[in-house]
Amino acid sequence: MNLQNKTVTQNKKSHLRVTTVMFGLIVLLFLGFILNISIGSVEISIKEIFLMIGRYISYSIKNIFSKGAYSAYLAELINTSTESMIIFSIRMPRMILAAILGGALSVSGFLLQSFFRNPIAGPFVLGISSGAKMSVGITLIFLSGYIGYISPWMLVVAAFVGSLVITSVVVIFSGRVKNMSMLLVIGIMVGYICSAITDFCITFAKDHDILNLTGWSMGTFSGADWESVGLGAAICIPVFLICWLISKPMEAYSLGEGYAKSMGISIKPFCVVLIILSSLLSACVTAIAGTVSFVGIAVPHITRIMLKSSKPIYVIPASFVMGAVFCIFCDLLARTVFAPTEMAISSVTSIFGAPIVIYIMVKRRRQES
Amino acid sequence: MDAYFKTCNLSVGYDKNILIHDISVAVEKGKILTLIGPNGSGKSTILKTVAKQIPAINGSVYIDSSDIFRWNLKTMAKTVSVMLTDRIRTDMMTCFDVVSMGRYPYTNIVGFLTDEDKETVFSSLESVGMQNEAYRDFNTLSDGQKQRILLARAICQKPEVIILDEPTAYLDIKHKIELLDILSSLAREKEVTVIMSLHEIDLATKISDYIMCVNGDVIEAFGTPDEILKTDTVERLYNMKKGTYNLHFGSIELTKPKGEPKVFVVGGGGCGIPYFRALQKEQIPFAAGIIFQNDIDFQVASKLSDNVICAPPFEPVTEELFYAASKLLLKCDTVIDAGGNDGTFNHYNRKLLDLASENNIKIKNNKKEIEQ
Repeated sequence: MNLQNKTVTQNKKSHLRVTTVMFGLIVLLFLGFILNISIGSVEISIKEIFLMIGRYISYSIKNIFSKGAYSAYLAELINTSTESMIIFSIRMPRMILAAILGGALSVSGFLLQSFFRNPIAGPFVLGISSGAKMSVGITLIFLSGYIGYISPWMLVVAAFVGSLVITSVVVIFSGRVKNMSMLLVIGIMVGYICSAITDFCITFAKDHDILNLTGWSMGTFSGADWESVGLGAAICIPVFLICWLISKPMEAYSLGEGYAKSMGISIKPFCVVLIILSSLLSACVTAIAGTVSFVGIAVPHITRIMLKSSKPIYVIPASFVMGAVFCIFCDLLARTVFAPTEMAISSVTSIFGAPIVIYIMVKRRRQES
Repeated sequence: MDAYFKTCNLSVGYDKNILIHDISVAVEKGKILTLIGPNGSGKSTILKTVAKQIPAINGSVYIDSSDIFRWNLKTMAKTVSVMLTDRIRTDMMTCFDVVSMGRYPYTNIVGFLTDEDKETVFSSLESVGMQNEAYRDFNTLSDGQKQRILLARAICQKPEVIILDEPTAYLDIKHKIELLDILSSLAREKEVTVIMSLHEIDLATKISDYIMCVNGDVIEAFGTPDEILKTDTVERLYNMKKGTYNLHFGSIELTKPKGEPKVFVVGGGGCGIPYFRALQKEQIPFAAGIIFQNDIDFQVASKLSDNVICAPPFEPVTEELFYAASKLLLKCDTVIDAGGNDGTFNHYNRKLLDLASENNIKIKNNKKEIEQ
């Protein structure tokens, strides 16, 4: 019965680790929230932030119980001072958007890594983000002439179609190469082709169309408002929950198709679901914020190392929070380091993310040889 | 006993191309069926088909009188588990994690392991002798240990039938025997029906209750090892033109030297074997005699030479045999005295050696001398 005791302690250990990591990440997320709201061209003291948010929450609660009697106070709170305008209309939506989309990218990356059973997979390195971007670019440039106004929802649909097509292309090629690094090469090449087509379209676009494109094609959270936050949340949060629900077959799938099948998974529907979910997540990010590189590949990897586990049931939620933390801190750097000039978000995420990819590849090579 | 696992006119293959057709075999519960045959003969294809990994082209497979192609995935998973040749690549998974995957068909939607599940995982680890490695990272294991963990995973699925595709590949001889021991106790004690493919024919005959020879587009033979394996089965099955396979000992002899014999080996009782093999290595054709047919030297000499003078066992050697041997000996330019010729019943071998020295034929009795 010594073994039984060992199991119990081992289980406790791994549970403790998961809880500690989750708790740590949530503390970091909270810290990121505060810093993001306080730092910027207008510095807002932490005390003021707490005061303002506390008042907002208390008014909201009172508003609910008094059936709308406090709505005037709420509007006043948000619109009167510059600080409150900055907090509620600029920094808060931007930060929440960065958090949601960062989480979405990370989970999307994790899904792709599970699908390809390859740690070097992610929406950016496999060219899927570029595919989504191409699709959105084409929609913005060519379709806007016919339709006039293009709603963010349409952009998401366009991005979804783009990423689905590119994912399918990569999947087809991946069947022919067994090598892990070759998949990466194919993805990067496909990504280049998509970017070239996007650039080609931009060259022939009218000036006022390009105006829409430049900020977005760089990849930035600067255009965030509550509408885009709502859009992002409406797509990413349900998709994230579905991903969490399929973590059991995902774990079994990690042993390979043959074993997964023998355990009772119908492979084809499962793979289709996996691809649709990951495409939806990365499409949503690309449609709203443009391409954000290396988050999808780096974050799940860091998360696995921290959790010392690759059980999807733990890694999916932890990756989501980790991605959120990663992106809000990167966004903070992007907008503050060379303020008032903003950097593209990818410039920051690449600096932290790309070395991790190199590290994984070197480590794997050592293991394989 | 009734047939538990049965195939009826099963045809298997890929993409509608039939590779092997009309497979009809039946095996009772708790027996071991082994598929043998050359590389690429379709052993894996048959195993994958009966494990429902690939669709059958025709025919049906019954387990306990019920057609498995009508089963849903979950019933299948609870009845049949597999061990495949796929090398699995895990990331941060302990042995416990890998084995616990076997509980998949039994756990709830999030895959929560109950105490009972954990118990099963441990007993599976124990049955392959890996209980002390439960929390080691799967990637750090040796090939043999990995195979055992994968077997534990298959056992953990609590199957009625276990299907293994070349479970002994990558294993050294010690681990091969250990793995087959686990399988045979699984069949004997837990009444699990084992269906597998093996490359080692000698091991296959020893562990299996039934053997299926896969070659060409039909099943060449099916039956108990005694029925199936006749002297030349292996040579025929594997289409061996060179070299031979000794079924009694499971030993392989390489290609026989061709030509008129130049060396005559006088041996018996196993003394001749090192000389026969040394001569084969140098590709020097040789003759040997006089050896009783129940002598161990006969098993090797007859595979490596066409000129073996052999005597029926438990009978005195006749004058004719001695005459035939001396005729052969006189044609050779060297005679090897392998030793072991001091007994009452092989006095004629001493007579052969005497004959050689009378005729000034070189007699050697040292292996080093011969190599020169």
